Amino acid sequence: MFMRDFSPGAFRQIVVGLALMCASAVALAGDAVKAPTLGTPQLGTPMTAEEIAKWDLTIFPDGRGLPPGKGTAVEGKAIFESQCASCHGDGGRGATAEELVGEPKPPSKDNMSKAIGSYWPYATTLFDFTRRSMPPGAPGSLSADQLYAVTAFLLHANGIIGEKDEMTASTLAKIKMPNRDGFVRVDAK
Amino acid sequence: MTADLSGDDLIPVAGNGILHRRLFLKNTLILAVAGAAGTAFVAEPEAAAAPAPVPATGIDPSSPPWMHKPGLPFTGYGKPSKFEARTLRNIGGNRDLAGNGVSWTPLESLEGIITPSGLHFERHHNGVPEIDPAHHRLVIHGAVRQPLSFTVDNLLRYPMRSHLIFLECGGNSNAGWHSEPIQRPVGSFHGLVSCSEWTGVPLSLLLDQAGIDAKASWVIAEGADAAVMNVSLPLSKLMDDAIVALYQNGERIRPENGYPLRLVVPGWEGVVNVKWLRRLQVTDQPVMARNETAKYTELLPSGKARQFTFVMEAKSLITSPSPGLKMRGPNVYEIRGLAWSGRGKITKVEVSADGGKSWGLAALQEPVLSRCFTRFRSAWAWDGGPAVLKSRATDETGYVQPERDVLVAERGRDGYFHYNAIVAWGIDEDGKVAHVYA
Repeated sequence: MFMRDFSPGAFRQIVVGLALMCASAVALAGDAVKAPTLGTPQLGTPMTAEEIAKWDLTIFPDGRGLPPGKGTAVEGKAIFESQCASCHGDGGRGATAEELVGEPKPPSKDNMSKAIGSYWPYATTLFDFTRRSMPPGAPGSLSADQLYAVTAFLLHANGIIGEKDEMTASTLAKIKMPNRDGFVRVDAK
Repeated sequence: MTADLSGDDLIPVAGNGILHRRLFLKNTLILAVAGAAGTAFVAEPEAAAAPAPVPATGIDPSSPPWMHKPGLPFTGYGKPSKFEARTLRNIGGNRDLAGNGVSWTPLESLEGIITPSGLHFERHHNGVPEIDPAHHRLVIHGAVRQPLSFTVDNLLRYPMRSHLIFLECGGNSNAGWHSEPIQRPVGSFHGLVSCSEWTGVPLSLLLDQAGIDAKASWVIAEGADAAVMNVSLPLSKLMDDAIVALYQNGERIRPENGYPLRLVVPGWEGVVNVKWLRRLQVTDQPVMARNETAKYTELLPSGKARQFTFVMEAKSLITSPSPGLKMRGPNVYEIRGLAWSGRGKITKVEVSADGGKSWGLAALQEPVLSRCFTRFRSAWAWDGGPAVLKSRATDETGYVQPERDVLVAERGRDGYFHYNAIVAWGIDEDGKVAHVYA
C-alpha cells in the first residue's frame, strides 16, 4: 500500500508513518503532514445486524442458526441418489468418499465405526456440514428443504429417525445422537 | 572417500557406532551421507568430446561451458534450478475430487529448518480458492461489543509480529497406525509438516477493538474456500499468541496456504490454522463442526474419543539416511533429522543405531526455537552390518517422544490422528534403508 501511493504528499506521510511503525495516519494522501497518533489502529468497519446475518453460517448444537424449512427421508432419498451416491455409494455405504451409514450405537471394541449413526455426536453438524461443503461440485446449491430432506434420509439410514419423520429446525435440534457423550476434551474444556 | 577411524572422537557413545556429538564442532571432519538409491554406484559420466582449441590467452578449455557464454537474463521471480525439478510435493488427491486431499513436503530432499513456501504441505477440503484480496473481508462478530469488518489493506496497516514455527496436520504420519510399516520416502509418510516464518497481525488487537464479552470463551473460525471449513478454538489461546497472517517466509501467503489471510495458531494442529480466513465468531461454546467431531478426533480402544487435541506433541525423525536413500559402504556417516514440539523448544534429541537399546545425544543445530523445526545431526560409524536407526525427541516440558508400542497400547490403532511415535529405519548389509517397526 505504501509503495503504490507515492505522491509527494503521501511520501511525507509515509515517512511519519514509518517512524511510528504503527501510525493510523499513514494511508490517506494529503498535502499536510498530519500529527502522528500513537496507539493501536482501529481500522475495523462497524457492521449492522443485517450485514452480519448475511455472513453468519453458524449452526449451534442447540439448533440456533438453522434456517426455516422441512424435509423427510422419503423426499431425501432422491436427492441423495442424484447428489451424493456417486461418491458415498448406494445408500451411503461408502465408495470413493467415506461410508455414512452405521449402526445407531456408539463405537465399541468390536465395532470401531465412525459413520454418522455410530460416531457423530450432533445431528445439527450433519445439516451444517452438508450446507457449507456439499456436494463438492456445487457447494451451497441445495435449498433449505433439500438439506432437511437429505439430512433426514441419512439419519433414517443410520436408524436414528423414521422414514416419515419430518426434520425442521425444531425437530432436528431435539435429536440425541447415540454417541453424544462419546468424546473427552483434551486441550480445551 | 574414507574416514580416519582412529582417535578418541571415534569411540562410540552408544551401541552399533553412534559417535559423540562433539564431532560437529570439528569442521575438518568429512562425513559420508546416504545417496539416492538408484544412483549410488553410477559411474562418472563420460567426458564430452574435446572442445575446440582456444587461444593461449583463453581460460582452460576443459572448464565447464557455462563459463564460456553469457548466462540467462534476470527474472522477476526466481525458480529452483532445472536440475532440481524432481524436488516436488508428492500429491495424494481424491481421484473423484482433485481438490480434496493432501500434498506432502519432500522432507528427504530438504535441509536446514525452513520449508520453501512452494514445498509447504497442503491439505485442502475442496480446492484452492482464487481470492481477490480487494473483495475479501475478515468479519469479527458474536459475543462482542461491536461487530467489525476488516479489509485486507487495513489489516496490512496494523503492527505485525512473526512466528517462525512448524505447522503440522493432525493427520500427519497416520500410516504409523498401520499393522505393517509403510514403505515410502520419509516425506510421503511424515511430510504433512513444514516450517515457515508467518507474519501478521496479533489477533488480540482485532478482538480488543471488537470488545469481547466477559462470558465468551470460544471463537469459531471459518475459511472462504468451497468447503467453508470451520472449527472452534479456545479464546484464551487466540488472545495469547495467534496471528492473522498475511506473509509466509517474507512474501504474501501463497494461495494454497491461505491467501490473503490465514489464522496461525502456534503449536496447534494444522486444521485450526484456518486458511482463507473470512469470519471469527466469538461465543461461549464450540460449534461442534464436522472437523472437530467426525474428523480430527481420536477413537480410543475404550470406544471413547479424544476431542480438541490441539497441541502437536514432540516428534522427531531421521531424514538421512531414510527409505529410498542408500548407504555407500562402511564409513562414518552423518545422520540428519528434524525434531519439533508444539509445547515449546526441543531440549534433546537422542539417536540409536541398535533399535533403541542404547542412545547417544545428537548435536542440535542453532537456532533452537520454540515450536520450530530443530535440525539435529549425529555421526555414525556404520560397520556394514544390519542396524536399526531411531531418533527420540524431548521438549522443554520434559515430554519424551514415545516408542510405537507404547503409543499403540495407549491409543489403539483406530485414532488416525496425532501419531508421534519414534520412527525406526532398518539398514541391511547392502545399505538399503527400510521403514521397520522395532
